[in-house]
Amino acid sequence: MIQLNSNHLLYLVTAAQWTVLLSLIAFAGGALVGLPIALMRVSKVAALRLVASAYIQLIQGTPLLIVLFLSYFGLGIMGYKLAPLVAAGVALTLYAAAFLGEIWRGCIEAVPRTQWEASDCLGLNRFQQYAYVVLPQAMRIAIPPTVGFMVQIVKNTSLASVIGFVELARAGQIVNNSTFEPFVIFVVVGAIYFVLCYPLSLAARALERKTNAGR
Amino acid sequence: MSYQFDFSFLAERWPDFVAGAWLTIQLTVLSIGLGFLVGTVCALVRVYGGAAPRRLVGFYVEMIRNTPLLVQIFIVYFGLSSIGLKLSAETAAVIALAVNMGAYTTEIMRAGIQSIQRTQLEAADCLGLTRLQAIVHVVLLPAMERVYPALSSQFVLLMLASSITSQISAEELTAVANNVQSDTYRSFEVYIVVAVVYLGLSVLYRFGFWAIGLVLFARKRRLGTAL
Repeated sequence: MIQLNSNHLLYLVTAAQWTVLLSLIAFAGGALVGLPIALMRVSKVAALRLVASAYIQLIQGTPLLIVLFLSYFGLGIMGYKLAPLVAAGVALTLYAAAFLGEIWRGCIEAVPRTQWEASDCLGLNRFQQYAYVVLPQAMRIAIPPTVGFMVQIVKNTSLASVIGFVELARAGQIVNNSTFEPFVIFVVVGAIYFVLCYPLSLAARALERKTNAGR
Repeated sequence: MSYQFDFSFLAERWPDFVAGAWLTIQLTVLSIGLGFLVGTVCALVRVYGGAAPRRLVGFYVEMIRNTPLLVQIFIVYFGLSSIGLKLSAETAAVIALAVNMGAYTTEIMRAGIQSIQRTQLEAADCLGLTRLQAIVHVVLLPAMERVYPALSSQFVLLMLASSITSQISAEELTAVANNVQSDTYRSFEVYIVVAVVYLGLSVLYRFGFWAIGLVLFARKRRLGTAL
């Protein structure tokens, strides 16, 4: 049995970099897919609204763990032999897109109706309305809940460990397999996650206070 | 793509899935109940308690909300057993889920309790209600009614998150899926089946919480509007 030493800690911190990378991939992918989802949800076309809300219901009604397995094995049978990073990235993107789409829909709807009417009067077309009037205002409302959701993304990357992607949680299991000190190791792993997540939580709270300062 | 879908494992293994889903329901109902109790008490402490208990609850909430459920489950199951507290996988799962649920419930209920105005408590005093009666009827129930949508969606999220307890071999729905797929090599189909079952469960839970809400909140039942 090997004693827990500083090399193990170094290994955990190195693995935490993969957690950060996977979080960034998930957030970027989620934002890229989530924005169209949000816009579809507030579209004038009923079919688009229906597709987007079906997607959201589907993802929000199944555990992320199952989405991960489906992405891992599903991409596998389509003939892509993929690195776990890609499968995890795809699953987390699908997951983040559903939640970000729903959050951002709320933010777009929170822009006062009169802004739409005023931009109609100015003769702006639909694209101009979004680009110059609605989205800039919605973005300000969206920042605090989006930062808050990033905490969820960081925590949920831990599930990528089950398909064999060596990020922080998996690294903790590996170290535990050689040292058999699960209590210490998983508390340390938890502490590293905390260090990653807590600043985001604090930032979300501070931003929220700032946004609501006028009220 | 020339993949042949094959769901024939269902003919033989469907009782396993039913048993798994039943255990998922048991685990989650138990941990939602426990977690709700813990969270409600903590929320009361957070709003009305002294400085030290308030800080303690704050610490608990931030700890849980900023670490992954997977790691919490590992600490409860592997960690506690290594320092001498042996738990079955199911017990560990319920404890971890309840502790997790408690932290989220605290935050949600705190918002609800803070929305109850002081004058309501003064009115309760004038009517001669005891402290306990005032807390239950004047603070908690109206507070819960206000945050009920957030609360019930958090409950559904916990049900979905219970899939993670498969990682400590609690034999719930996801663990059953893992077993069946390693016997049949039909991984994609197995997880599609399980995804559908979870979808059904989340619809069932949403309906259940809606019904409970109708029973609990007489005003909403009669008027059709929230507080």
